[in-house]
Amino acid sequence: MVDPAAKFSIRAFHVHYGQFSALRDLNLEILANEIFTIIGPANSGKTTFLHSLNRLIDLVPASRCRGEISLDGINIRHGLEIESLRRKVGIVFALPLPLPISIFENVVYGLRMQGIRDPRLLNEAVERSLRESYLWEEVKDRLRTPAMNLSGGQQQRLCMARILAGQPDVLLFDEPTSGLDPISTARIEETLLILKKKYTIILVTNNVAQAARVGDRTAFFLMGDMIEVSDTGKMFTTPADQRTSDYITGKFG
Amino acid sequence: MNPRLAQKIAFAVLLLATLLVVLPVLVILLIIVGKGASAISWDFLFSMPRDGMTAGGIFPAILGTLYLVIGAIIFAVPLGVLAAVYLVEYSSDNWLSRLVKLSIVNLAGVPSVVYGLFGLGIFVTFFGFGASILSGSLTLGIMILPVIITSSREALESVPRHFRTVSLSLGASRWQTIRHSVLPHALPGILTGMILGLGRAAGETAPILFTVAAFYLPRLPQSVFDQTMALPYHLYVISTQVPGIAENVRYGTALVLLSLVLLLNLAAILIRSRFRRKKKW
Amino acid sequence: MKPMRVRKLKEWLIEKTILLSGIFSVVFVLLIFLFLLREGLSLFRGESVIDFIFGKSWYPISDPPRFGILPLILGSLLVTLGAAAISVPIGIAAALYIAEIAPLRLREALKAGIELLAAIPSVVIGFIGMITLGPWIKNLFNIPTGLTALTGSVTLAFMAMPTIVSIAEDAITAVPRQYREAAIAMGATKWQTTWRIVARAARPGMLAAVMLGIGRVIGETMAVMMVTGNAAIIPTSFLQPVRTLTATIAAEMGESVQGGPHYAALFAIGIVLFVITFLINGVADLYLHRSRR
Repeated sequence: MVDPAAKFSIRAFHVHYGQFSALRDLNLEILANEIFTIIGPANSGKTTFLHSLNRLIDLVPASRCRGEISLDGINIRHGLEIESLRRKVGIVFALPLPLPISIFENVVYGLRMQGIRDPRLLNEAVERSLRESYLWEEVKDRLRTPAMNLSGGQQQRLCMARILAGQPDVLLFDEPTSGLDPISTARIEETLLILKKKYTIILVTNNVAQAARVGDRTAFFLMGDMIEVSDTGKMFTTPADQRTSDYITGKFG
Repeated sequence: MNPRLAQKIAFAVLLLATLLVVLPVLVILLIIVGKGASAISWDFLFSMPRDGMTAGGIFPAILGTLYLVIGAIIFAVPLGVLAAVYLVEYSSDNWLSRLVKLSIVNLAGVPSVVYGLFGLGIFVTFFGFGASILSGSLTLGIMILPVIITSSREALESVPRHFRTVSLSLGASRWQTIRHSVLPHALPGILTGMILGLGRAAGETAPILFTVAAFYLPRLPQSVFDQTMALPYHLYVISTQVPGIAENVRYGTALVLLSLVLLLNLAAILIRSRFRRKKKW
Repeated sequence: MKPMRVRKLKEWLIEKTILLSGIFSVVFVLLIFLFLLREGLSLFRGESVIDFIFGKSWYPISDPPRFGILPLILGSLLVTLGAAAISVPIGIAAALYIAEIAPLRLREALKAGIELLAAIPSVVIGFIGMITLGPWIKNLFNIPTGLTALTGSVTLAFMAMPTIVSIAEDAITAVPRQYREAAIAMGATKWQTTWRIVARAARPGMLAAVMLGIGRVIGETMAVMMVTGNAAIIPTSFLQPVRTLTATIAAEMGESVQGGPHYAALFAIGIVLFVITFLINGVADLYLHRSRR
């Protein structure tokens, strides 16, 4: 039965790309205000899973999904318009991908698409979300300059601000620090720990230590199967499955 | 033979070949400017022809070409750009859409005189528009449609995939994504293709031969159902059909036509190079 | 929410318009061919296809008319072969020079020059060919008229060259840099590398360039009509007037009776041209795709 505290509940969920089975029989509950981390080697279905949660997977023409995902008890395929689902479930990609427009316009892009034009509302949203992603102080004097001029770490925090502006429920992060240096990485991780007070966070990472540092619960994916899921502390001390243990101790991956 | 010497000879031959391609362009330009410049005057550009076209100006031909080009844009640009948006952003990648894309590319290579036949068959005869500005514009429009579709497609395809993904992930609808995150970045490429298409439409003779062009008209066209004179056809007429026309009038007409077409091409080149310098991805 | 619904409706309309434009563009491809067929095929009620294509005389207004397009086909073929013989070696050589040897600055200038040549309207090239090249050829060979197949070939060679040069240049530039580095590392001179390695690797693209250039020559109308003298007889030499398929349509459509056999015959020539150029471009496209892989 659906746990009332669950943000996302995933039931018997499968994804196929043509003949290839990318994700098999996934059953999982993700709770409100937790940082849920997902680890596993490349091609394990982690990104596929993340893209299923806000239906970006629909952009892959050959993809087929089976099973059910619901957000706050509402089926994301039938109960919600795709645009509002994507506003509620924001995503930050592995590479910083600002649009080639100004910092300001990047942040308000989603709001403008909702039809919000009031400059006061837009200005407020920009300041609030840039403060939340700890970028405000660095860019407040050059909001109208191109976002492409920012450094990689700044661009990634801009991408966070961009989804925060739409006041989402859930933040998806797909290896958000894979292209960044250690200092930028630390800043992003700090930000995540603060953001979880307000948002539910799902973090895919190829960095096992990062999962250990920030995760409340962690799942281990391998070749399209979820091998195990448990509290992060428990997984890193007493993993239930040998394969999990092999992966987190660096025997493969 | 010594490879160094062989290289020297080979490079000299290649250079010679290149000069053979490029120098005639300069020679043609110099001849036309040199012999035609003396004909250019206010009167030549803005008055009607007189005395069996041996004197007076070429205003009706200039105006006619402008009408035809504008008509062709009105028809071909919206249709071509939207068709390209459909092919790139909406159609799924299957054998049918590949066949359509291939046909459109190949259509750009069909001789212009065949478009003239088509225009005669469909617009002049079938739809009953007669030989008119409407028929001529539509014919030119159809001729440049493949050029516009193909260049717009290339421009749209060169916009990185992730712009679309990011926009959709922020809750934008499909059309909003195209409107705000794809089209603005493809615009310079679309514009370049459009202007090149226009240059072609302005300079072509064969498609307007049987659909609109008049040998000589004593007055300016009054509506889209009238025939009109046009620059390229006028040049053809005064250089092959009418004897006794002063040389500088012929060259002057060629100069006006050439300037119009080259200006359009120059504009396209400028837009493209400015865009290349500004591009950041 | 009302504005939301208005926006959905607006988007629905826009997307349907886009779909419609896509369909229209396909319909036009079909329409072009259908209309040529509709107007042209009526000729073959009274004429066999064999007589049309292999008939040796084109007397469209004699009584009875004769609609044999062999002289026109041979005229087109002769002019095209001549133009290819001139433009292919020169065009490929120029492409090699521009892509491999010219310094960057010169390269940009040369490419702009080639683009300029491509932009000159054919009636202007025909005009220049007619009053400069024609008299020159007449005096050089001491023949009664300068408007000959040779004049046509030279004029058309210039119209084919921009196509050949720019597409061949693309193909040469697309050859991976490692090929060149490997050859240079083994002690080849720059020329040996260019000729033996790069030119060979770019061969499919160059072939496509040549075909597209020839496609342009076959379809060229105004220039060829102005410089070849337009005599519809089976040509025996380069130094005599010929008439091409395209020029025949352009020159005679004005005097033909709409719906009559002459009119139909001209459309039938249009079908022949459409099929020839569509085939040439299709094959060239295959080569271009192969060279990209």
